[in-house]
Amino acid sequence: MLLRSLKIMTRNRMGFFGFIMVTLIILTAYVAPLFVPLDNSAHVEAIYEAPSRAHPLGTDYQGRDNLSQILNGGRDIIYVSALAAALSALIAVVLGSLAALLGGVFNSLAVSLAEMVLTIPHFPLLIVVAGFLRLTRPTSLALILAAVSWAGLMLAIRSQVLSLKEREYVQAARCLGLPIRHLLFKEILPNMMSYVVISFVLAMTHAMYAQVGLIFLGIIPLASHNWGVMISLAWGQGAIFSKDSSWYLLAPIAVVALLQFSLVSMTRSLDELFNPRLRTGE
Amino acid sequence: MLKSLAVIFVVTTLTFFLVRLMPGNPLDIYINSLLVQGIPLADAQEQAASIYRVDLSKPVLQQYVEYLAGIFLHGDFGMSITAMGTPVSKLVLKFLPWTLFVVLVSLIISFSIGLLLGMLMAYRRETWFDHILSAFASIMSSVPNYLVGMLIVVYFCVRWKLLDFSDLRGSHSPDVPVGFTLRFFLDALYHATLPILTYVVTTIGHWMLVMKSSTLATMGEDYVTVARARGLRDGRITLAYVGRNAVLPLFTQLALSIGSVVGGSILIETIFTYQGIGQQLNLAMISRDYPVMQGVFIIITASVVTANLLADLLYSRLDPRIRVQGR
Repeated sequence: MLLRSLKIMTRNRMGFFGFIMVTLIILTAYVAPLFVPLDNSAHVEAIYEAPSRAHPLGTDYQGRDNLSQILNGGRDIIYVSALAAALSALIAVVLGSLAALLGGVFNSLAVSLAEMVLTIPHFPLLIVVAGFLRLTRPTSLALILAAVSWAGLMLAIRSQVLSLKEREYVQAARCLGLPIRHLLFKEILPNMMSYVVISFVLAMTHAMYAQVGLIFLGIIPLASHNWGVMISLAWGQGAIFSKDSSWYLLAPIAVVALLQFSLVSMTRSLDELFNPRLRTGE
Repeated sequence: MLKSLAVIFVVTTLTFFLVRLMPGNPLDIYINSLLVQGIPLADAQEQAASIYRVDLSKPVLQQYVEYLAGIFLHGDFGMSITAMGTPVSKLVLKFLPWTLFVVLVSLIISFSIGLLLGMLMAYRRETWFDHILSAFASIMSSVPNYLVGMLIVVYFCVRWKLLDFSDLRGSHSPDVPVGFTLRFFLDALYHATLPILTYVVTTIGHWMLVMKSSTLATMGEDYVTVARARGLRDGRITLAYVGRNAVLPLFTQLALSIGSVVGGSILIETIFTYQGIGQQLNLAMISRDYPVMQGVFIIITASVVTANLLADLLYSRLDPRIRVQGR
């Protein structure tokens, strides 16, 4: 089963490349900290060193090793992005399908709310809310990120459910008197799984964009070490101005950009995996 | 129209209550900071009231109504805390045009070039031209724009020295007089080079990919086959039959794109120290200048909502189906 899924995913080369990279980056972000501890002490004699055997990605403005910061800096970013995406997908699926199935006042209220959230520019809203709330915990950050990003997916899910619920097999289940829970989870949801999963992955990229952006602007306190903090410090400390020091900025930029691109490419393979109709010539 | 007004109203309400009902309410903090300086309570309250445009002795609901009336009837957003005595509305009027200028110019450039390339990709599909541009487009539309902005600074300005970063700072040169002259316009454009380049590079991929698939879908339509059967020239079919119809769905996305570009301007303008509304929001954030934050946020929302309305109007003008329905 697992092997077969993998084989289906290899059909789209770009997608499979994305899948491999995402797996590698996430695994490294969680496993590497166990083997490469973060050394936070300053080494004045080794400030902004060019890449060498001891420091493959050079050192930062305090002489700390860039590679170990990169290896240790992904966990929080990935955790917050994934949690935010999962929450926003959850809100979207629950609200969207309820709006479609219940209709009436609930439907119109939910749709107006979603349209409103969709119109307010997300990033400024995040800045203002994060500014007033002074977020410090990763989980509360994920909650806020989810709160502004569910609307588009919710509207899409609502219209999918609206069309799916008129299909014969759903009508048949309804005639059998099966409860709404069964209709939703057994009949309707499996048929839009590909859409939900892909939206989850894309929501992760949006959450990462916003999260790293907020860290860069210094709106989230720079307590923990992660890629966003590296970018923010590197930019603030003027690491751009020489070739040796710019590694401190370029390394986290490269990782974030690679992860974002891989996530987006991965959706192509996921589409093949969850959408059997795309699998032609089998 | 009603919906747009509702959005602005909700955002205004949200910012009012965010300031007042939060733990660590900025109004109290401001009053306390004045008390520490030895200013008596009554004077401190009066000063805070004049800055936030609220009368603290009145009940919250009445404050709220007066706050709304101030904004919607007089365009009065209160005073800036850091720039003493400067009304927020004046700051907004000073910085907003620069952001709108950059966003509009970049959107026009990236939309038109993106459409052109997207159509070419559809007509040359499965050639090296299509493959290279598709790869470029999917990479560019997935990498965050502020990271691209930083890379542009590192490579174009520092390593290769193609552009002078410090000379490009700001929104216009101090020695060029402000006015409707060609010299001023070119100077403004020169200073906006980096933000425009960043926005164009990061948004163009999206337009290319969407236009490609939209063109491919339109090429299979019956009316295109009919046009071909009638023996019309290829150029005419491409422009009048395929092109015109393929572009239509893209206009609905234009509005969404304006929203995300204006939203991202906070990061881009901060990176390039471009003096627009986004940089102002960030500066207000750093100095905890809440009246400015409120005002700028409301104005950003209002401009995005207006852009949405304009895009809707444009779309209904362009699409005869909607135009006829509306009558």
